[in-house]
Amino acid sequence: MAERAVTTKKSGNFIQAVLAIAWKDLAAELRSRELISAMLVFAMLVILIFNFALKLDARTRMTATSGILWVTFTFAGTLGLNRSMAVEKDRGCLDGLLLAPVDRASIYFGKLLSNLAFMVIMEVIVLPLYSLLYNINLFIPGLLLVILLGSLGYIGIGTLLAAMAVQTRTRDVMLPILLFPVVIPVVVAAVEASSGLLQGLEWSEISYWINILLAYDVIFIAIAFMVFDYVVEE
Amino acid sequence: MTKKPLLLLILDILCLVLVAVAAYLALVYAPMEVTMGNVQRVFYFHVANAWVGMLGFIAAGVAGIAYLRTHDVKWDIVEEAAVEISLVFFLIAIVLGSIWARPVWNTWWTWEPRLTTAAITEMIYLAYFMLRGGIEDPGRRARFSAVYTLVGSISVPITFMAIRFFRTIHPVVIGTQSAAAQGGFNMTPHMKVAFFFSLLAFTVVFIDLFWHRIRLGHLSNQVEDLKQKVME
Repeated sequence: MAERAVTTKKSGNFIQAVLAIAWKDLAAELRSRELISAMLVFAMLVILIFNFALKLDARTRMTATSGILWVTFTFAGTLGLNRSMAVEKDRGCLDGLLLAPVDRASIYFGKLLSNLAFMVIMEVIVLPLYSLLYNINLFIPGLLLVILLGSLGYIGIGTLLAAMAVQTRTRDVMLPILLFPVVIPVVVAAVEASSGLLQGLEWSEISYWINILLAYDVIFIAIAFMVFDYVVEE
Repeated sequence: MTKKPLLLLILDILCLVLVAVAAYLALVYAPMEVTMGNVQRVFYFHVANAWVGMLGFIAAGVAGIAYLRTHDVKWDIVEEAAVEISLVFFLIAIVLGSIWARPVWNTWWTWEPRLTTAAITEMIYLAYFMLRGGIEDPGRRARFSAVYTLVGSISVPITFMAIRFFRTIHPVVIGTQSAAAQGGFNMTPHMKVAFFFSLLAFTVVFIDLFWHRIRLGHLSNQVEDLKQKVME
């Protein structure tokens, strides 16, 4: 890992810390590949189960696709968030990070970046596979934007709640219980926007949902980084 | 152990009286509604409970922020009390609403914006208690609860706004879209009396139960402190 010289500018230090933390996670993942492979396998299994759970003829498939995709992403995302935070806690990395002379918020943003990267990598692999398996073209530019915005909102609040959940007794189970009720606006807006784009609806109808996604992302990332301190302090 | 304040005792008795009067007004005094029949009477208590649940919800949000700013444990007690009683009031409102919906909408439940938001709010409250149950350290428990209350309070209004648009562009298959509370029927003066009196009665019940629950929280904390001292 390349050493970065510490500058005296405070903002520079912050961004360096964020990038360093994100890079640490990505580098670790590059070597072990356990997180992404777990998320991927899980995502494929969920799609497989949906194939049997919902009898998807060609017509139903069109309307159900966005819902199935987002259920898949939501569940696999939970897996990624849990593992990412659990690793920090178990190996004592979190304590090390807290001792470092950087703003606590930079830990939040660093984790946000790496968690988002993992989720996006998973989505980037799942989308073409789903396209192939169900013979639907999913490569609409708007759709990719919606998936990115939705993932950002999900991971934004998920990183904060995962940091809380990993410190409770019922660790892995706690995150979905905390996260799902709170992340519903993202799911609603993302599914509606995706579905609208796949069906080729008017932009004016879809833009409403994209606005909600944007608003949610901004609001919750702001809240999360403001209260992250309270969640990790001893 | 501190004695129950006299004011609280008076409030207890006042609550019983008010609820009894409200029940009489709702069940006997108010006239029967033309289209829905007697089941409409559920509406008086249903709206009152939902309104009071809302009060609890807001109180919890405020207490959460107050705790994060002051780290004073009394705000944690207030917040837990608010969430707990709000949980029960919302549950009553949902059940009463269901009872009303069955004959009028021909279904026990529909995924209409307000109902869906109520269900999500209940889930957030339940998650809140599961979170509290999973943390031993009181300081950490208080901080995490406050953070989750904050996150939940902001997420619920956004959810409501998002779903409202969602559900109005898709047709509702069963029943009508207008609910009684939107002025689907006009209230006669007698009905208005019953309605506002119910609102008043349940607001007083809310204050009474809130006070009791806060007292309980303080006493519970005292017991914990004593336990710690004995174990040392």
